Amino acid sequence: MRDLSMHILDIVGNSVRAKSTEVKIILMEDMDYDILSLRIEDNGCGMSEATIKKAMDPFFTSRKTRKVGLGIPLLQQNAELTNGGITIESEIGKGTQLTAVFVRSHIDRPPLGDIADTIALIISGNPNVNIIYSHSFNDEKYILTTKEIINSLENVSISHPKINQFIKQMIEENLELIGVEL
Amino acid sequence: MAKVKTLEDLKRMRESLQSELSLRENSDTPEKLVQIKVSMATCGIASGAKETMSFIMEELYRRKIDAVVTQTGCMGYCHSEPTIEVQLPGADPVVYGNVKKERAQLIIDQHIIAGKLVDGIIPGIYSTPDNK
Ligand SMILES: Nc1ncnc2c1ncn2[C@@H]1O[C@H](COP(=O)(O)OP(=O)(O)O)[C@@H](O)[C@H]1O
Ligand SMILES: [Mg+2]
Repeated sequence: MRDLSMHILDIVGNSVRAKSTEVKIILMEDMDYDILSLRIEDNGCGMSEATIKKAMDPFFTSRKTRKVGLGIPLLQQNAELTNGGITIESEIGKGTQLTAVFVRSHIDRPPLGDIADTIALIISGNPNVNIIYSHSFNDEKYILTTKEIINSLENVSISHPKINQFIKQMIEENLELIGVEL
Repeated sequence: MAKVKTLEDLKRMRESLQSELSLRENSDTPEKLVQIKVSMATCGIASGAKETMSFIMEELYRRKIDAVVTQTGCMGYCHSEPTIEVQLPGADPVVYGNVKKERAQLIIDQHIIAGKLVDGIIPGIYSTPDNK
């Protein structure tokens, strides 16, 4: 995982696999506190305490065939390298909240990566999941949801390449407006 | 400050896309469009599935091809990631493995546009004897 965008894609993948119908992706960047935090909340099947522990253990895998994977331990490792960390809260049948905190200016903090493209691919790629994307930079915030996009689309698919390109550009321009360094 | 795109702009764009879609034969409902699914499990992401999906979206946009491009979980071919499934309207789905940009380009040019299968097909549940 080279950057935060790839982590987001991966963690949201867990939420989708857990049959969530709504996934919140909350990014907060604060220059004064020198923090970048990523929070992913879903309403999927949730995990038991034991599964949370296992999910955070790089030597455990429930899958039979994989050379990579380890999505959560990798994110944890990257957060800890910056003196940050991750927490996971979850309740069976209710959903899961994962928070990763990074020291923003730390040399090992992974770059945001191609965040506009990534969020647009998540939104277009999962038409049946309401994605709520919120990105704040100091006191400014940009929010975009699948629901409001679909409300503007009538019968046109949110997964159409032309719509995807529009969403990507719209996110890019709005993030630039609030000061996010792209 | 330059003008920033809003959902109002999206509505306007959608209106013009809607009329383009109804002009083009049989393409006004999603089921009648080319369907592409990109496998987006951790193994796929690590092998470049995001770049593949991104490339496919941009290329289809550039070539003005109507399609529905979505993500799917692990298709069980971790050793062949990135994998994608392509389904032309009325045809059976076909799964391709190791789809980096180059192969994605071939799949768009030859399979999606010209209707010819290209290298890299993963045989499996998708190729039953009577759909050859
Ligand atoms: N949002 C979630 N909801 C429910 N279960 C989850 C969630 N995220 C992770 N898990 C569980 O934790 C395991 C480990 O997750 P991860 O580290 O991403 O590896 P992988 O997805 O490759 O199995 C998953 O297989 C799943 O059982
Ligand atoms: Mg995972």
